[in-house]
Amino acid sequence: MSGAATGRETALDDGWELVVGLEVHVELSTATKLFCACANRFGDEPNTNVCPVCLGLPGSLPVVNAAAVDFAMRLGRALGCEVRPAVFARKNYFYPDMPKDYQISQYDQPTNIDGRLKLPDGHVVGIERAHIEEDTGKTTHVGGGGRIHDADYALVDYNRAGVPLVEIVSRPDIRTAEQARAFVRELRAILLSIGVSDARMEEGSMRVDANVSVRPTGSDELRTRCEIKNLSSLRSLGRAITFEARRHVDLWSSGERPRQETRHWDEAGGRTTPGRSKEDAEDYRYFQDPDLVPLAPSAETVAAIDAALPPLPAARRAELVAAGAGAVPASDAALLVERDQDGLVLAAISAGADPGLTVTRVANDLAVEDWSKVTPDGLASLVALEASGRVTATQAKQILADIVESGETPEAISERRGFQAMAGHDLAVTVDQVIASNPDEWRRFCSGDDADRKKLAGFFIGQVMRATKGRADGAAVNRLLQQLTHGPTSD
Amino acid sequence: MSGRISRDEAAHVARLARLRFSDSELDELAAQLSAVLDHAADVEALDVSGIEPTSHPQPLTDVTRADEVRPSLARDEVLAQAPSVAEGQFRVPPILGEAP
Repeated sequence: MSGAATGRETALDDGWELVVGLEVHVELSTATKLFCACANRFGDEPNTNVCPVCLGLPGSLPVVNAAAVDFAMRLGRALGCEVRPAVFARKNYFYPDMPKDYQISQYDQPTNIDGRLKLPDGHVVGIERAHIEEDTGKTTHVGGGGRIHDADYALVDYNRAGVPLVEIVSRPDIRTAEQARAFVRELRAILLSIGVSDARMEEGSMRVDANVSVRPTGSDELRTRCEIKNLSSLRSLGRAITFEARRHVDLWSSGERPRQETRHWDEAGGRTTPGRSKEDAEDYRYFQDPDLVPLAPSAETVAAIDAALPPLPAARRAELVAAGAGAVPASDAALLVERDQDGLVLAAISAGADPGLTVTRVANDLAVEDWSKVTPDGLASLVALEASGRVTATQAKQILADIVESGETPEAISERRGFQAMAGHDLAVTVDQVIASNPDEWRRFCSGDDADRKKLAGFFIGQVMRATKGRADGAAVNRLLQQLTHGPTSD
Repeated sequence: MSGRISRDEAAHVARLARLRFSDSELDELAAQLSAVLDHAADVEALDVSGIEPTSHPQPLTDVTRADEVRPSLARDEVLAQAPSVAEGQFRVPPILGEAP
């Protein structure tokens, strides 16, 4: 069962169904390149991580990086693929991003075949293959106002040439733009979970192309597809698929047909533009690379990879939801796993912290890059302070922010900052004083409709906060206000 | 002479390799390439039943190295032989067409 297509983005005209397959290139986070010992590092000065092998100098020979093969097989197994004996092949073409004039890839005998990726909504997308190849260099066009065709010249940096990639090719099992985004999100979560890539779309370590076609709903034919490139964010991916699908529906509906071609996503214009036609097809003349011998992983090797595979995101989300016993929404669980904070939360919960409040605090208030100073015990103590009403929600957020900075205990921070939630009599006195100073607002609060009351409650809470320098608990003030007009309420 | 490769096919292969030939050169090359394929056909005709297919003359698999960084070349040395250089990079003519 696929999730229902909702929203404007995924809506297709009546009678048409979207058919999408994705090709995702992922840079592996090995220390060195695929075929030489140059550093695999993003952001270095141009052409500082290059050697005769990745520059394609005559006489140089490639030697396979064992870690890259291991990472690729790990990813294959995480995607439920069969790991197969594999052969490296040369893909021949002339373009300055590849100084050898061929890219070493895997062609008819890839390392991983026949897997699947289950989306959080339960929809299963088949994985046709996940093969190993080398990345290309980076070309930058200079002059001509940034337009490639008007450029004066191009600059080439080979630091990226030879960086290990896995290309994951899905089957055309994706039916909505939302599923396409969910596929990439889930794949990214898996890559992070098993530690084989940092999978950053914005840095180009994860690059997505989409093969898009449409067909009459209910048919199982595969019509002419277009390959959309230049998708640098999940948002672009969704928009591009939606645009392209509508374009196809319009063409078919008016008796025309799309041309099989590569198209580019124009983010600013919100449309795809035609690129190379697949009809004057590239002829890459693939052949086995005579400089490299086959990979033939043994059954024991594959079994060892399986045994060492860490829990995958779906299992991690499920564990978190189970630990929350109904108090942890699936969306928060997904967020925490994405941020790799599920382990922290689980440890705090087993140290006695309230699951719902722990998840809320971390999901809402720990969206920071470095949270290494937050320990399970510290988090559990903080949640206990808040749950018992000794600090307010606002104060708890401040304490958490302080822990991120200093690593102090919540108790010490609370003490240092003079946090102690004002409660009981003192708070009631302050509320009375604020009401007395604002008689008009109070009258309107007492006689107003729900909207007025809500607005004015906000006003009074603000005034009490000001009078107490933020030490009051907003929810407690609200309860007092309601009691003063209506008598005690249940919340 | 088998004519396994036509002049058009020879021209196509030449174009893919960015080589330009006259018609008579193409005819000569087509004949030579056909002879290579003839040889392949001779080999193909042998009875190889019971022989494991191989993709490499050496009976080796899994020749790998450890994932350890070794020094790269000095950039000055790398760029010294480039016809044109700018901003620490290889400077090349503007590229028409697209990367595959």
